[in-house]
Amino acid sequence: MNVGLPHFLTVSALLFCLGLFAVMSRRNTVGILMGIELMLNAANINFVAFSRFVEHGINGQMMAAFVIVLAAAEAAVALAIVLAMYRNFGTVHADAVNQLKR
Amino acid sequence: MIGDLVFVLLALLTIVPAFWVVFSPNIVHAGFSLMFTLFGVAGLYAYLGADFIAVTQVMVYVGGILVLVLFTVMMTRVPKSDKPRRGLDRYVPAAVFAALVFAVLYKTITAVQWNGSEMVAEATIAEIGTNLMTNYLFPFEYVSLVLLAAMIGAAILIRESKTRDPHEDSDQTGGSS
Repeated sequence: MNVGLPHFLTVSALLFCLGLFAVMSRRNTVGILMGIELMLNAANINFVAFSRFVEHGINGQMMAAFVIVLAAAEAAVALAIVLAMYRNFGTVHADAVNQLKR
Repeated sequence: MIGDLVFVLLALLTIVPAFWVVFSPNIVHAGFSLMFTLFGVAGLYAYLGADFIAVTQVMVYVGGILVLVLFTVMMTRVPKSDKPRRGLDRYVPAAVFAALVFAVLYKTITAVQWNGSEMVAEATIAEIGTNLMTNYLFPFEYVSLVLLAAMIGAAILIRESKTRDPHEDSDQTGGSS
């Protein structure tokens, strides 16, 4: 076996679909967020793999760095929203939060 | 040969805990297995020759995001027997959709003839730094603004509000939980 681009793409596709499944099936909002992190990581693996095997440059790695930064910002805001939700509704289950105002 | 073995181990380290992240009923276990997945992804970056990205992955994801996630998990108590799991109606559509997406992705991956040759690995930090200050100057500044906005937004969202906490209220009147 010679490890090439398709192997990395397969790992990344598997990781993406696991994240998709978590986003669609989890009730806990933090679990949904973990699924989003898995999907972002899958996209990042693709960026770095294409950068190494196809582009032969640094642009894919730059994109991966920006994705990591945006994931950090997203996680901070999303977890603040989860905590505010817990404070106002007493739960973190996504299907229990169905009011705009209480 | 040894490189293939390392790749397989890293891929297993990425994928197997990811299954636990997705399927574990305990959200704390899911968070801790997310740590192994993130380390596995960092190892894959290192395998691909992206040393800076691998180190950033460990520092930002494991050192920052994962700690935030675990703090949030531990600050939000989920009532155990709030409502029982609703059987399969939640899992079947998600599983079918995820399997379909994976089928399409895998079909594409195997159908396309990737004529890529491997690049020789070299240190990337100097090149990334040069790129950040030249080609990527505008995204670099823009992303710093995004981080500032996210910081302010999170601080405002998390601020103590004047209204009372309904959960704490029911805790004190309802006895032990």
